[in-house]
Amino acid sequence: MPGDTIVQFTISPYFVRMKTTPLIETHKALGARMTDFAGFNMPISYSSIQEEHLAVRRNVGIFDVSHMGEFFIRGKEALQLVQYVTTNDASRLAPGAAQYSCMPNEEGGIVDDLLVYRLPTGSPEEEYAFMLVVNAGNIEKDFKWIESHNTFQAELTDQSEQTGLLAVQGPKATEALQPLTQVPLDDLKFYTFTTGAFAGVENVIISATGYTGAGGFELYVPAERLVEVWQAILESGKQVDLLLVGLGARDPLRLEKGYCLYGNEIHDTTTPLEAGLGWITKFRKGDFVASDILRQQKEEGVKRKLVGFKVTDRRVPRQHYAIEDETGHYVGEVTSGSQSPSLGYPIGMGYVKTELASPGTRIVIATGRKKLEAEVVKMPFL
Amino acid sequence: MDFPANLKYTEEHEWIRVEDGDIAYVGITDFAQSELDELVYVEVDTVGEELEQNEVFGTVEAVKTTSDLFMPVSGKVLEFNPQLDENDGDDPTLVNRDPYGEGWIIKIELTQPEELESLMDVEAYQQMVD
Repeated sequence: MPGDTIVQFTISPYFVRMKTTPLIETHKALGARMTDFAGFNMPISYSSIQEEHLAVRRNVGIFDVSHMGEFFIRGKEALQLVQYVTTNDASRLAPGAAQYSCMPNEEGGIVDDLLVYRLPTGSPEEEYAFMLVVNAGNIEKDFKWIESHNTFQAELTDQSEQTGLLAVQGPKATEALQPLTQVPLDDLKFYTFTTGAFAGVENVIISATGYTGAGGFELYVPAERLVEVWQAILESGKQVDLLLVGLGARDPLRLEKGYCLYGNEIHDTTTPLEAGLGWITKFRKGDFVASDILRQQKEEGVKRKLVGFKVTDRRVPRQHYAIEDETGHYVGEVTSGSQSPSLGYPIGMGYVKTELASPGTRIVIATGRKKLEAEVVKMPFL
Repeated sequence: MDFPANLKYTEEHEWIRVEDGDIAYVGITDFAQSELDELVYVEVDTVGEELEQNEVFGTVEAVKTTSDLFMPVSGKVLEFNPQLDENDGDDPTLVNRDPYGEGWIIKIELTQPEELESLMDVEAYQQMVD
């Protein structure tokens, strides 16, 4: 109807909100396929996911993971705050060590999983200082959560936007990176870190951590120097055929190692005990958020458990597919699934009733159109 | 990216090439294969069946994604490309390497040829993926 319509020029709010890392133009120039990941425009792949995956397992690859969040906690009672909001025991960390941990909510579900780094302080008044590394999609939620529990003499700051993060992962990571720093990388044990000059940039946190199970390092770099550090690594990595790797390969890499992904295996209604994270849930350290609920769950035993399974069919299990027992009854749901590029067959993780959680148990994955034969296996897959 | 002019295209990123008479080949576009990344498995379990337009005729699996395949038009599924079939050639990456040629997925016999008119030509498809 003429005259009825007002033509409006609109820009999708999604597009406006999409965040980027300092390397966005670099990724585009390198021909990356980009995708929206947790609100960030990120590279999914530069060549092929399979090739990138295998490069990390067998050689070395570099990821831009600057979308991750970095919080700092300082002050007299920094330790008390970290102990109260996380499940692992941060008092056991020496300066220069890191630990995997999670933040429970009041019901015992999970606000986020994270890495806790104990920073050296150099001041006797400030015994403990921490860096917390959280998932990109949870930065704001986590900050508010910790802030709301900060009844301690501790100061929380969000440095996510000022901090770039590169993961250089794979058996040849040391070879690729050593020419760029005086820090003896071979001496850095798994889950320890040091701060030093790297590729001419001061104050880079060089951390022997990662989400691939392939060994290697994560480098926390001031955001304004990230592009030059990236370029230096690409140059130095040429001698060992370092490959550019997108987030597409990060998922099967972590899945092969049985690592949880927030939003898939763990979220606000799964507890750390159900997710197999009892090893980072330390009751002896004293009270923390929902410690009473979790202690009770531990005593009573969990009703469902996260398991790994392999599919004996060619079809690939995917998140939210139903898991059934052999008689066709619903027993849980797939949380992650992928073809395993290393193993050459499909694998997955999901929750099942505890009585079906032992390795060797036959289960069935219902895709909607088809039922896939599967078997519970011990994790990691690789 | 390559989009041949002699094909018709669907919103689900399939292409169809009509050969002589009522026989046609169906596959996925260059855009689709590149978005999916390397295929690890192609399943077609509808050979011999008569399917309607937009009905699912198979599935492709890539590392990260599973994607159903839809009939561009109604027809009878005559053949599944043996080079892709796990019981024969078992080379799903042919779809990535040659999506409009060797990587065709099924051969069909059209039952409602007039439905071809509802599909996109190359210009319309190109506009959609740009």
